[in-house]
Amino acid sequence: MSLATWKKMAPAQAAPERFVSPLIRELPPSGIRKFFDLVANTRGVISLGVGEPDFVTPWHIREACFYSLEQGYTMYTSNFGLPELRQEVGRYLEAGFGVRYDPLAEIIITVGASEAIDLALRAVLEPGDEVLIPAPCYVSYQPCALLAGGRPVTVPTRAENDFKLRPAELEARITPRSKVLLLSYPNNPTGAIMTREDLLPIARLAERYDLLVISDEIYAELTYDGRHTSFASLPGMQERTVLINGFSKAFAMTGWRVGYAAAPAPIINHMLKIHQYTMLCAPIMSQKAAIEALRHGREEVAQMVREYDRRRRFVVQRLREIGLDCFEPKGAFYVFPSIAATGMGAEEFSQALLEEEKVAVVPGTAFGEGGEQRLRCSYAASINDLAEAMNRIERFVKRHGS
Amino acid sequence: MRQEILEILENDCRVTPEQIAVMLGEDAAVVKETIGQLENEKVVLKYQAVINHEKIDNGLVTALIDVKVAPQREVGFDQVAARIYRYPEVRSVFLVSGAYDLAVMVQGHSLQEVAAFVSEKLAALEHVQSTMTHFLLKTYKQDGVIFADQEEDRRQVVTP
Ligand SMILES: Cc1ncc(COP(=O)(O)O)c(C=O)c1O
Repeated sequence: MSLATWKKMAPAQAAPERFVSPLIRELPPSGIRKFFDLVANTRGVISLGVGEPDFVTPWHIREACFYSLEQGYTMYTSNFGLPELRQEVGRYLEAGFGVRYDPLAEIIITVGASEAIDLALRAVLEPGDEVLIPAPCYVSYQPCALLAGGRPVTVPTRAENDFKLRPAELEARITPRSKVLLLSYPNNPTGAIMTREDLLPIARLAERYDLLVISDEIYAELTYDGRHTSFASLPGMQERTVLINGFSKAFAMTGWRVGYAAAPAPIINHMLKIHQYTMLCAPIMSQKAAIEALRHGREEVAQMVREYDRRRRFVVQRLREIGLDCFEPKGAFYVFPSIAATGMGAEEFSQALLEEEKVAVVPGTAFGEGGEQRLRCSYAASINDLAEAMNRIERFVKRHGS
Repeated sequence: MRQEILEILENDCRVTPEQIAVMLGEDAAVVKETIGQLENEKVVLKYQAVINHEKIDNGLVTALIDVKVAPQREVGFDQVAARIYRYPEVRSVFLVSGAYDLAVMVQGHSLQEVAAFVSEKLAALEHVQSTMTHFLLKTYKQDGVIFADQEEDRRQVVTP
């Protein structure tokens, strides 16, 4: 049949969507996106729905970018990323988390941690491989696993366990097809952390079932109780871990789109191929800024972390006063209170709160299983805004109290 | 804890001791007592607002005056500084290194008033050798606060 005839035969009403692959057509849009449109159309909102720092990137880091442009750094870098940046990342990982990587062979600079997650999943998954994902979790994990041909398998985490991943819950969901465990602590949206003691039994399971662990530690610096333990630092784990981190959260550099993955060279080399063909390299000006961040940014990070910690205590206390059950988050910049006491569902609550009190929070349902009666409130907002938002939530809860 | 309390108060002194206690995970009574101590020890001297006078157009004029002083035996610059800082027109006095000795900030209701203060009071003081007056034309940043209204929140309202 000629193309012309075929075209005539195609149903006239078929929307251009017919060109889109069924996999993508069925991929649900982010639950966050849905809520975004609602919030963006309301005036005078205090938003606790923002998953990024309210600080602007520290000045000296922005300045490093200006200088690099002035000096004409406007070209591609090595696919791996600038060697100086990889050296700094190597030093940072060793000094901060006690993990040693060869900067020239085991670290790759990516377009945000987001790309690093995608590269890792695509490099290792075969169709039908199962990816174990503790939930509630960051909105991208399941879609990225699907896009890479994998099958996401949710492992529930619960408030009564401080939203930590329990080894028994994990083991119960391991099958012969399980290949990857995707960890993310400190966690978005729960704010949970996993201590070394919490992680050790998980490491034993990874070993027993030969799982590759992709550990997204983007919130590592934002740990408010003790120091963050990197999964790769556990005995024997570096060999089976893709460690992911970036600059977005700790250095308030979300818009720069720069992050990295560290893993054994035989894994990194294959991730590099995907990166090389799809991305070439992370933007050079962002890489230049990232070097400055690692060399001279410690003081600002500490300052921002102190500030988040204060707001965290404030918000937890207020939510409890309001009567919303709130587990104490020990990391990231989110609280994940329960609204079970109000008898409302997460979406219903969030929508009504937005309409009646002009406070935006993200319904827990956006983060998958376990978020049905919870809200994600970000405390990456000024203390005055937080105080006002809490007053409004208090009014709202009183009005709708059962 | 003292350092942290100071950091919070320096940024916003209206935060109550109870709020500070929550923010630092400390006992409210202990925080109150510590603030009391800081006040008694004159570590915390005063709780002030930073005001953008340009917005209210109250005609206030401020000048920064470099003062060169002949240091006095035994007391150095302190005695002369004391003579200067007692004038209510004087907002601040610093001892500085470099080409002159005291940096004096003076406020008045008109250029004439400030100029008269400098020539009649300040320059006339014993041991003051010379003065150089700079009138302030515009404040960009003061006490860590940027005055231009540009640093608003530019983030998307909801992000993952
Ligand atoms: C858990 C988690 N991982 C990764 C990212 C994305 O980070 P990046 O900006 O480095 O791509 C986010 C951002 O919200 C996140 O919360």
